[in-house]
Amino acid sequence: MEFKRLLIENSDSIVQKWMEEIESLKDSNYTATISDELYESTNREFVNVIFTSIRNEGSTKAVEDFSEKIINLGWPLSYITDGLQIFRRVSTEYLITQSEVVDSNFFTELSSSVNEWVEPLIRELVNEYSGSWEHIVSLQRVALQELSAPLIPVMEGITIMPLIGTIDTERAKLIMENLLEGAIKHNSEVVLIDITGVPVVDTMVAHHIIQAAEAVRLIGSTCILVGIRPEIAQTIVNLGIDLSNFPTKSSLKKGFSTALAITGRHVTDLNVKENNIEKMMDSLRGE
Amino acid sequence: MEPQSCVNIHKEWDIVGARQLGREMAKNLGFGTVDQARIATAVSELARNIYLYAEQGQVCFEIIDSIERRGLCMMAIDSGPGIADIGQVMQDGFTTSGGLGAGLPGVKRLMDEFDIRSEVGEGTKIIATKWIR
Repeated sequence: MEFKRLLIENSDSIVQKWMEEIESLKDSNYTATISDELYESTNREFVNVIFTSIRNEGSTKAVEDFSEKIINLGWPLSYITDGLQIFRRVSTEYLITQSEVVDSNFFTELSSSVNEWVEPLIRELVNEYSGSWEHIVSLQRVALQELSAPLIPVMEGITIMPLIGTIDTERAKLIMENLLEGAIKHNSEVVLIDITGVPVVDTMVAHHIIQAAEAVRLIGSTCILVGIRPEIAQTIVNLGIDLSNFPTKSSLKKGFSTALAITGRHVTDLNVKENNIEKMMDSLRGE
Repeated sequence: MEPQSCVNIHKEWDIVGARQLGREMAKNLGFGTVDQARIATAVSELARNIYLYAEQGQVCFEIIDSIERRGLCMMAIDSGPGIADIGQVMQDGFTTSGGLGAGLPGVKRLMDEFDIRSEVGEGTKIIATKWIR
């Protein structure tokens, strides 16, 4: 109680000392992009939060708001931990200079009360901060999963699955599920798997693609693997992977023409015909 | 010799980390795109073997830069169950995990030099090198 009264009564000089110390940290630790005014006003808010929390013995709302602000500003977690460590040091030093008798008993009492002020704050601020990061990471994981196995029905009977990025076991499972579900839902005769954006095709990736293609074959559709870049073709040959059981094409364009041929269609250029008619008319006029 | 850089393999995403480091080093050394893809694939196979069979281990890279030739050497080290019959795992199509069984013989074909040492219960060490042509 004694220390707390002393601390609050002398808050001005402690705040001043704290501000000086944290100001000196700015250049060494944090990015220079933070403007001086913002840094100072945030520091002031921080020290106010610390004192409010000490005065009220825990002020959840203020602490919560402050940690949210730090996260929104995108400042590192070390700003919070550094600030609280400085506060611990500054207040301990200050209270020692203010005291007449400094013995071991005094030290025990002092350190226990300083810990009592600072520790709940550290816990709460760090929990809030890391909790918010975990939330962001989990949201990104969901977003990534939504992007991981898209299926595009381009026209009646033809569906394309463009794959971009690394394929791990979880994603391979999703690819298989979406591919089969989509092929049945869209009544696809031909399914094109485009691997242009897959950086490495190792035996695991190849194995999953072969399984997916085999499953597509079982439900009565044809699976064409497209987008095999020359270097990927060479590594597949080196690895000794047998892809002879289903058709492959170098580009999506070629695969799509093959898919059109399988579904009994072909692309006709309308402009060429018009030109031909005009030529015929011209030649008729010329006669 | 340049200092080694290592990637610890603990989870599936570490395979991606190892692969990216291998590809980056190969690129900086001046390997062509085909050899970059070969190296990245070999790293992927070795790192996946560690993840699948030994659960954890390390993939290390070393740049070999001597007067005669330059290349990239990779080491996959684990202290997993080890391989009882190396001749068997070097055969195409042999697998214990239901995969394609092309991993190790594939890596041997992808790289220029390949050396495997394994003790049952001790672990496995694979060293593979690719030279710049």
